[in-house]
Amino acid sequence: MTLIQDRLLSIATDPLLSFKQKSRQFALSADEQLPYLSLSDGLSTALESRVVCDMFEGHAPFKPRYVLPDYALFLKQGSCYLELPPADTLDEALTYLGILYHHVPSVTDLPVFLGHIDRLLLPYIDDVSDAQLYQKLKLFWIQLDRTLPDAFVHANIGPEDNRIARAILAIEAELKQTVPNLTFMYDPAITSDDLLRAVTDTLCQCNKPHIANNPLHEAQFTDTGFGIVSCYNALSLGGGANTLVRLNLRKVAEQSDSLEDFFAHQLPRYSDLMFELIEARTDFLHNRSGFFNSFLVSEGLIHEDRFSPMWGVFGLAQAVNHLGSLANKQGSYGNSEWHNALAPRISQALSDIVTETFVTFGYKNRALLHSQAGISTDSEETPGTRIPYGEEPDIISHVKIAASHHAYYPSGISDVLQLDQTVVDNPESVFQLCKGALQIGMREFTVNIAHQDLVRVTGFMIKRSDIEKLQAEGSRSNTAALGVEAVEKTGILNRRPRVVSDELTVSDYQ
Amino acid sequence: MNSPSAIINKILTFSAVDGPGNRLVVFFQGCNLACLNCHNPYTMGRCNDCGDCIPHCPQQALSMDDTGTVRWDADLCSQCDTCLSVCTFSASPKTLRYSVSELLDVVQDNTPFISGITLSGGEATTQLPFILAFLTALRTNPATAALSCLVDSNGLLGKTAWQQLLPLVDGVMLDIKAWHTDQHKAITGSHNHRVKASLDQLIRSKKLAELRFLLIPSVTDFDPPPDDLLLMLRGLSPETPIRINGFQHHGVVGAAAFWPPAQSDDISRFQQVLHSAGLLNVKIPVHTEKMSLPFR
Ligand code: SF4
Ligand code: SF4
Repeated sequence: MTLIQDRLLSIATDPLLSFKQKSRQFALSADEQLPYLSLSDGLSTALESRVVCDMFEGHAPFKPRYVLPDYALFLKQGSCYLELPPADTLDEALTYLGILYHHVPSVTDLPVFLGHIDRLLLPYIDDVSDAQLYQKLKLFWIQLDRTLPDAFVHANIGPEDNRIARAILAIEAELKQTVPNLTFMYDPAITSDDLLRAVTDTLCQCNKPHIANNPLHEAQFTDTGFGIVSCYNALSLGGGANTLVRLNLRKVAEQSDSLEDFFAHQLPRYSDLMFELIEARTDFLHNRSGFFNSFLVSEGLIHEDRFSPMWGVFGLAQAVNHLGSLANKQGSYGNSEWHNALAPRISQALSDIVTETFVTFGYKNRALLHSQAGISTDSEETPGTRIPYGEEPDIISHVKIAASHHAYYPSGISDVLQLDQTVVDNPESVFQLCKGALQIGMREFTVNIAHQDLVRVTGFMIKRSDIEKLQAEGSRSNTAALGVEAVEKTGILNRRPRVVSDELTVSDYQ
Repeated sequence: MNSPSAIINKILTFSAVDGPGNRLVVFFQGCNLACLNCHNPYTMGRCNDCGDCIPHCPQQALSMDDTGTVRWDADLCSQCDTCLSVCTFSASPKTLRYSVSELLDVVQDNTPFISGITLSGGEATTQLPFILAFLTALRTNPATAALSCLVDSNGLLGKTAWQQLLPLVDGVMLDIKAWHTDQHKAITGSHNHRVKASLDQLIRSKKLAELRFLLIPSVTDFDPPPDDLLLMLRGLSPETPIRINGFQHHGVVGAAAFWPPAQSDDISRFQQVLHSAGLLNVKIPVHTEKMSLPFR
């Protein structure tokens, strides 16, 4: 048998994959049989050495990476293609949404954006009691988790207070599911302290939701509105991301002989290659794949000109440390002033390049800079601009260092703030931390409290209990395997929890 | 007169366990008890500049300056704690001196993140003149005036001193180390008449923010509770915040390392005692798993 036949046979006979997971593996393998898009020699070399990375999106990009349909319009007008009338009741709205989700593609095949659930459903709940609402939404949530088994599937709530947002927070605390990923949009002008407290109380029970700073994002997407999707990507509503490519800053720094060389030559050189890859991939998607003939476009749910390429970076910590050693500086990123000051200078330089460079297919002809959270196989680089796991300083310094980057990354940047479980007894401390982080300009972040069953990986979540199960019998979750790989290779469990006090904990030794 | 300065062991900018919300906690160096079960015995003494720890530092982070004062270089220090283990005075060379305005700056830098501050130690009240000056400054600065302010204390402070301190703070979290004076003396080296007087004074002035019992099975005399302890507990208002802490070995040196750690059963039994005395607001230690994940 040929090599590829061997591979296909091992997929077909894998005892731990479900039949759907096998079909997807087959499809990916088929795509890999096509020749790669035609690229310059310089870019091919950079891709092979993985300085520039295409996120394994495939050889023939026939669908956008992330799609954010205008679900409100869909519910209002119905769909000819799907033969659905406008929704009139909550039951209809939930059913129709459940149908449309199955027609929204993404890099994972499953929809990475479920909509601003509370805003979408508010018009349909006037005659629905609190108890009915809770029950219906709970069933809907269970259905999402079981039929879209991928923790990149993402719903948004907030910033307004309403019965739906409250019900969803309570359902999250009750069900503790990995799906959907959930973001709460915080807006100091709109969100009451009481609602933010409900959010942090839920956080203390299940490490969800993720929190985003609404006014900061809104300013970036004034004409289109936005949603938070997949891990924590902020993108235009009615559009999305046509592709995501990322630059390994560690490797760029290692190619440099000095700080000057890094900023003046290497960074611009590799940025050019990033743009070349973006052009090649988006050209295929927009000009050859036929994707934009979809009913999603003809019915006005998405617009081709609202798709932007995401320009990701990762391994900033290693880049900063390497440049520090070239400049003979003691200390490391997270723990030295010199390093902490250099890091945002790099973010700013990247931002200047990306905001000044034309792309053919991008909203307003620009790509969007993104602090990429890493993939499960990155063992030598820290996600995005984060401080390496285990080297984080005290949590307030951590937040301040992280925040120094947030203005530069419109399509998303996030930090995981790891806390010890003693905060569970004092949710007000989490509330105060979140408020402070938002106040000093963090665009978004996640709080991860140690010892809960739901664990945040890069931006998505896995269940500890699933990890054990996966090794023994496979998992119905498509993301559990990524989580396991991340645990093994990237050391996410080394994140340093803060607030440890021994007398305040007991652990019985048998 | 020079404004007073303080010797501070460390400052934590995030604590969920030193009062309501997130607290900035200042740990003052020096204590006037000598509890055998102390988890940070190196906060008890004050450095007398004997210099004995200097040659033991593997990073050359310690030195003696021209004035005969021991200096610590935080940038060189690897936090190996060798200096703490060789010091025979239960002191630390790794302390920092803060003026009132320097400490106020630290607080001000962190106001978006904190609900309030907690003065702890060591025993914060051993540096009373500094504390009074600092709290007065904190209360008159518009950026920090609204922060709540708590003091963590062993209760050894005298009546007149409390009268000066209490108007400046929102409350005091008082540690009860043992109930009978002999037992208190055996654990801490001192009798506890003053602690009980402080408890009384704090209750009367409505400044008791939390009452803390550190449970050491077979050592502390809380379980079963003596009659006069029960009487005191029944006299408290039902909402009084109470915290049971469980003795653990971490950081403990000497005889106390052989005392039994508190187990969940010990804690729930005492919690029961407190509940039946009518107390509704009792916090107990959080249960942690030691195993984090089923991984090789
Ligand atoms: S810390 Fe202890 S050993 Fe070191 S100089 Fe001070 S008193 Fe001496
Ligand atoms: S902890 Fe003490 S002995 Fe260790 S490096 Fe720091 S100053 Fe030196």
